[in-house]
Amino acid sequence: MPASPLFTVAALLALLLAVPAHALETGTIAPTLSLPQRDGSSLHMPDGRARLTYVDFWASWCGPCRQSFPWLNRMQARYAAQGLRVVGINLDAKTADAERFLQEVPAQFEIALDPQAQSAKRYALKGMPSAALLAADGRVIAVHQGFRPGDAEALEALIKSHLDKP
Amino acid sequence: MSGGSWIQRRARVAGMMVCASLLLTACGTLQPPQPWQRGLLAKPGMRLEADPLQQRFDQHIQTSKENASGGSGIGGGGCGCN
Repeated sequence: MPASPLFTVAALLALLLAVPAHALETGTIAPTLSLPQRDGSSLHMPDGRARLTYVDFWASWCGPCRQSFPWLNRMQARYAAQGLRVVGINLDAKTADAERFLQEVPAQFEIALDPQAQSAKRYALKGMPSAALLAADGRVIAVHQGFRPGDAEALEALIKSHLDKP
Repeated sequence: MSGGSWIQRRARVAGMMVCASLLLTACGTLQPPQPWQRGLLAKPGMRLEADPLQQRFDQHIQTSKENASGGSGIGGGGCGCN
């Protein structure tokens, strides 16, 4: 005997309704990540050393990402001594695209490769680029979407204010 | 009425209900590409404008008229930020 039509419809609807992922919220603990770097070694987040981590999700095709890299390099150079760690997580499906991008726009901070975009799913990114500022224990201090050159000043002030805290 | 036709009738009703539920949801359950999956869509060839020069010209006019820019490509970010 075939299943009741009502049951069939209910089962179908249950299958079709996807559970939406929750976006990263300030104050929550960010998902931990372990991803390969370009040299094959693993990058862990958090690493237990950095006082503050600025994690930036980028892709080679994303215009604002290109604009953000010189600023990210500056932040790394300026605040690494005070405990800032800048991590760029590449979400290109083809790693070759990321390599080409990095030839043009060199990164002087840690780069992790995530062609499967597992980290993007876990962080439930809403746009590209997306960035999060994390405390030493992985707590989310701030989430930032997109990058305009005008954002740089406010972001730097935020980084500085958290590094200046004892 | 024989048992076979009863089963057939129930099967037909069930089939119709399945079709109806699929039609009802149509494409509504298809997920749009995620922000990080737009690499192919961001390629210049995926733009609706065939002529890049013409597009630049049109964008310039639009920027002047609307006092706003952006939103004409995917590479800008999928967040409306550029």
